[in-house]
Amino acid sequence: MIQPKPVSFVAPVVGAAGAFAGLLVGTAQGVPLLGVVAGAALTAALAFLWLEVFRKERIARWITFLGFGVAGFAIGGLMGGVIGLAFGWLFGWFIFWLGEGRYRAKLPPYTTPLQVFYHFLFRVICGLIFFFLITPIVVVMPLSFNAEDFFTFTPEMLRLDPAGYSLKHYRDFFTNDDWQQAMWNSISIAPVATLLSVSFGTLAAIGLSSEHVPFRRPIMAILISPMIVPLIISAAGMYFFYSRLGLQGTYWGVVLAHAALGIPFVIITVTATLVGFDRSLTRAAANMGANPVTTFFRVQMPLILPGVISGGLFAFITSFDEVVVVLFVGSAGQKTLPWQMFTGLREQISPTILAVATILVTISILLLTTVELLRRRSERLRGMSPG
Amino acid sequence: MKLTKTLMATTALTVAGVSVQAQDMADSMTLVSWGGAYQKSQVNAYAAPYQAMHEGLEIVWDESSAEAVAKLRAMDEAGNVTWDVVDVVAADALRLCDEGLAMEIDPDEHLAPAPDGTSAEDDFGDLLVGDCFIPQIVYSTTFGYRTDMVPDGVEPPNDICDVFDLETYPGKRSLEKRPINNMEWALLCDGVAKDEVYDVLATEEGQQQALDKLDTIKDDVIWWSAGADTPQLLADGEVFMGSTYNGRLFSVIEEQDQPVAMMWDAQVFDLDGWIIPANLPEDRLARALDFIYFATDTQRLADQAKWISYGPARKSSAPLVGQHADLGIDMAPHMPTDPENAKNTFLYNYEFWADYRDDIDAKFQAWLAQ
Repeated sequence: MIQPKPVSFVAPVVGAAGAFAGLLVGTAQGVPLLGVVAGAALTAALAFLWLEVFRKERIARWITFLGFGVAGFAIGGLMGGVIGLAFGWLFGWFIFWLGEGRYRAKLPPYTTPLQVFYHFLFRVICGLIFFFLITPIVVVMPLSFNAEDFFTFTPEMLRLDPAGYSLKHYRDFFTNDDWQQAMWNSISIAPVATLLSVSFGTLAAIGLSSEHVPFRRPIMAILISPMIVPLIISAAGMYFFYSRLGLQGTYWGVVLAHAALGIPFVIITVTATLVGFDRSLTRAAANMGANPVTTFFRVQMPLILPGVISGGLFAFITSFDEVVVVLFVGSAGQKTLPWQMFTGLREQISPTILAVATILVTISILLLTTVELLRRRSERLRGMSPG
Repeated sequence: MKLTKTLMATTALTVAGVSVQAQDMADSMTLVSWGGAYQKSQVNAYAAPYQAMHEGLEIVWDESSAEAVAKLRAMDEAGNVTWDVVDVVAADALRLCDEGLAMEIDPDEHLAPAPDGTSAEDDFGDLLVGDCFIPQIVYSTTFGYRTDMVPDGVEPPNDICDVFDLETYPGKRSLEKRPINNMEWALLCDGVAKDEVYDVLATEEGQQQALDKLDTIKDDVIWWSAGADTPQLLADGEVFMGSTYNGRLFSVIEEQDQPVAMMWDAQVFDLDGWIIPANLPEDRLARALDFIYFATDTQRLADQAKWISYGPARKSSAPLVGQHADLGIDMAPHMPTDPENAKNTFLYNYEFWADYRDDIDAKFQAWLAQ
C-alpha cells in the first residue's frame, strides 16, 4: 500500500495545513485573511512543483527548508527566520510523507481510506488540544526574561537581541522582601497542611472502607464536600467560623483550612488503592501476634503507599496554589505566593509574576518527574513491571 | 529601712510607669494600601522613618484597599477587625464613615499643625471631606497617549474631546469600566458647559445623552478595571490613548521610558487618604493615632512626592516638594496640581455620585452589555 499518491490528493491537504500556518503568521502580521489565502496557495503550489515537476526528495526538502527560512527572515528578522526554518522543514517533510504514501506505513494494509482519515483526524485533534493547553504556559516563560516591566514582547526580544532579555525579574523575586516573605509563608504552610491532610485522610479512608462502620456514605459525602462546595462558600464560612474561634489571621488557621481542602484528595486516592487491598493480610498479621498499629505500619501502609503519596501530592499542590481561602482566612502576615501573585496582577502588572510562575512550573515538573521515576523504580524492584 | 522601702516603692512605681507606657501602644500595626509604586512611596516616606523612631515596631502591609469597604464590613460582622490604618479613596471613606465603620477624626486634635503654626484644619482646607477622612494626596484621572501612534501631520491630542474624535485620532482607547468620569467627559464633549455637567447628568435625558456620546466610540474602547491595565495596554501599543491615574502614567513615561505622553486636559481630581477603623482596642488605637499624626505632617506629605507624582494634600507641603529620589528630576511639573497641568480641570462631585451612583451604575452596565 505504500505507493505514491496523486497530486490531486496531496496538494489540497498540504494547502489546508498551509492555510492554518498562514493564519498564524498572518495574524501576527495583522492580516489574517491574506495569510490564510497566501499560505494555502503557496504550499499547494509547492506540493505540485515537488511532486510533478522536480521529484528529487533530498534536494527539494533542502530548498524548502532554506527558502522558508530566508522568507521568514525577510518578514520578521531573526525570529522570523527561525520560525521560517521550522515551517520549511515541516512542509518539506509533509509533502513527501503524503506524496510517497508513507503515512500508511504503520497502518494495517486493510484499513479503508476513511479509517486512515479518522486515525489522523484523531491525532490532529489531540495535537490541537495539547497546543491550546500548553501554549499559554510556554508563552509565559520567554516573557519572564523581558528586560522591561511590562508583559510585552519587545522588538529587541523578537530580534533575539541579548539586550532585550534580562534576569532582573528573577533578581527581584529573590531580593524583594514581599516575594521572599510570601515564598517562606507558602513553604511553611503547605507541608504542615499536607501532613495533616495525609494523616487524617488516610485514617478516614481506612475507617470508611471497613464494612462495620455505620453511616459510611453520609460521612464520606461530608468529608469530600470541601471539594464539591464552591470554594468561595467554604472560604466565607471558614472566615466567620475561624473569627469566632480566634483562628482567623493566624498561621494555624490557614494550615487547618488548607488541610480541610486537602483531605478529600487523600481520601479519594487512598480509598481507591484500598479496593485492591486484601483484608486477609491484616488477619494473617493479627494471627501471628501483631497488634493493629504494627499491622498498619508494617503490612497495610507499604501496600497503599502509592495512593497515600499521590493524595499527599494533590494536597500539597492544593495548599501551594490556593488563593481564595487564604485571602479570607489569612491576614497580611500569612500572605502566600498565590496571594502575592494575585495582588501583583491586579495592582501592578510586573513580569516578576511571570518569573515566579516559571519557577513554580519548573518545580512542579521536577516534582512530578521525580515521583514518577521513584514509582517506576519501586515497581521494578518489586518485580511488578518488566521495566 | 524606711529609706529602702521608699526607694523600692519608687522603683516599683517607675517600673510600673514604664511598662504602662510601653503597653500603651501596640507593637505591631497592619497598614492597608494599594500595592505597587504607591505603596512603595508610603513605605519610604512614612513607614520606614516611623519604624526608625520606634524600635521593635512591626508593620505589616496588606494590599487590600481595592476591596476595603467589603472587607471592613465582613470584619465588623465577624467581630474581628485586624486592620489598624486603611488607605482608601475619599468616596469609600465617606461610605465607611456613614456606616459607622470608620472612626471620626478631629483634625486639630489628631493631626499635626503646619510648621508655621497654621492649624491642621486650615492647612488641609477643603480637602477634609467627611468626618473620618484624613487626606493624604491629590491624584487625578487623566489620559496618556502613544506619541509614536499620532497620525502624520496632526497635532498630538491636547483636548479631552480628542478622545471622542475617531477621525483625526484613529485607534483604540482604554476607559475605566465604570460611569464615573466617563459620563462627565462625554457630556463635556457633547456641548454641555462645565458647570452644568452634574445638573444635566441628574436627568434621565442627560444620562442617555452621555451614553449616546460614549456609544460613538464604544467599538474602539477597551475597558479597564485595575490601575495597572492602561499602562500595560499603552506599553503594548494595544491602545492609542487611555485614562488612568496620573502617577501610573508618570511611571510609564519617566521611569519606564515608554513613548507615551500626558494629556492633562479635563483631568479629574480625586483624593486619597487614611481612615482608622472604628472601635479598635485601646493600645492599637493609640498606635494608629500616633502613626497618623506623624505620617500626615507637612514634611512627610512632601516627602512622599519624591517617589510618586501625586500632590500632597497640605497647602504647607507644596513648597517643600523636591526632586524624584532615583531620577533626580523636579517633581513639581509632574504634579496634577501644577498650574501648567491644571489649566482645565474637572472637580469630581462626591455628593452627586453618592446619590446617583447605584442608579447610573446599573444603566452603564446595561449599556455595556448591549
